[in-house]
Amino acid sequence: MKTVLIDYGAGNLHSVYKALLKAGLEAKRSADPALAAAADVLVLPGQGHFRQVMEAFLSSGFEPVVRRHLARGKPFLGICVGLQLLMQSSEEAPGVPGLGILDGIVKRFADPSVSVPQMGWNQFFSYGNPPLLKGIPDGSFAYFANSYYVDFSDSNPGAITHYGKTSFKSVVSQGHLHATQFHPEKSQAVGLKILANFKDIAQHVLNASVL
Amino acid sequence: MLAKRIIPCLDVHNGRVTRGVQFGKAELGELRDMGDPVKLAMIYDAQGADELVFYDITATSEGRSLMLELATRTAEQCFMPLTIGGGVKTLEDFRKLLLAGADKVSINSGALAKPEVIGQAADHFGSQAVVLSVDAKRRADNSGWDVYAAGGRKNTGQDLIAWVVKGQELGAGEIVLNSIDGDGTNAGYDIEANRAVARAVDIPLVASGGAGNPEHMRSVLVEGEADAALAAGIFHRGEYTVRQVKEELAKAGVHLRLL
Repeated sequence: MKTVLIDYGAGNLHSVYKALLKAGLEAKRSADPALAAAADVLVLPGQGHFRQVMEAFLSSGFEPVVRRHLARGKPFLGICVGLQLLMQSSEEAPGVPGLGILDGIVKRFADPSVSVPQMGWNQFFSYGNPPLLKGIPDGSFAYFANSYYVDFSDSNPGAITHYGKTSFKSVVSQGHLHATQFHPEKSQAVGLKILANFKDIAQHVLNASVL
Repeated sequence: MLAKRIIPCLDVHNGRVTRGVQFGKAELGELRDMGDPVKLAMIYDAQGADELVFYDITATSEGRSLMLELATRTAEQCFMPLTIGGGVKTLEDFRKLLLAGADKVSINSGALAKPEVIGQAADHFGSQAVVLSVDAKRRADNSGWDVYAAGGRKNTGQDLIAWVVKGQELGAGEIVLNSIDGDGTNAGYDIEANRAVARAVDIPLVASGGAGNPEHMRSVLVEGEADAALAAGIFHRGEYTVRQVKEELAKAGVHLRLL
């Protein structure tokens, strides 16, 4: 199973890389879109300002590769801004289009009673049995560091997190596209279990497509 | 609901964890060797610490490159958030530490000297990676708190509240408030200073300096309205494990992440 962790210059890949290895996913870090084009599995991290992350992503040459990968229904994991990039747009960078793969927008936490950024451990509650959360008790904590969240409606499984008066999607699963708003690579045992689940999902998809 | 955080802080001198007796005395050689940072980090990780902070008290370039190595080694073993501070002055310092494996970088005197670095770092790496660490001491006339530079040795004459508000405006994503009066005393955090900062800014606040027992932490998290309590001595000396502190706080009604 060829897994590529996309290195487009947005943030610290080291932790994600080490966590993937720890979870049993033999990923390769790569800044080469050609290598990603040949991958069975892609992991897209992201950290920082939406505009800068999007610009880095576009200039890296990975955009057509990620689009093709998703169009073919291959396993994909987006993390934090790696999830937000999939949306139509973000309030953080008006006028900068997202990839538009998911039909929604990225919004800023607007409840004045809570600190922004949301920084720390918050609980997630699943709906529709997302395979990414298999075996993980509902109400488990994951590590968040975000001022923005994704807002869209769909009927796929996922998880929701409450922050002040805002409830937002913290886990998204559409077919073989999986993404988390939190950082599994920073969420200790729970995070490693999520990454191990992703590995199992990807392995299963791959085995099925070979048969 | 976001959990309140308990954060062990490791003062690192030439790649080893040390504990100074009180503010400013580390540089005079009054240090106790507490062991290998990565080993301690793994212990705190297993005890359920919510984050770790490494604070580099070495002022030499050798010490600083040891810190980069340490960040990398820790990030390989501990899958939890790691903040590194100490001697951070430039955008390049941020870049190096973040690439080495830190999730957040804290800046203190460097930001007092050049406040615009906060904004530059936030633009490049996002506010979530930029922690403004502030050393503050209550003014003699009790009218508020002054901000100190150079490890608590130099009064800048700047007002604490004005400085943290400015830090937030410039793009800091979190404040760490170190109470100079409390540091190393185990007499408790400065509750009033924490509450004043918590109410003045919208970004999260980490209380630091003075923790001697779990009640001190409860008090700063509840009455002091801090989002997190940072402590060093009580964990390093083995008086309490992180888990024991969290269990006591949970019993007292504080919302925490228990493993």
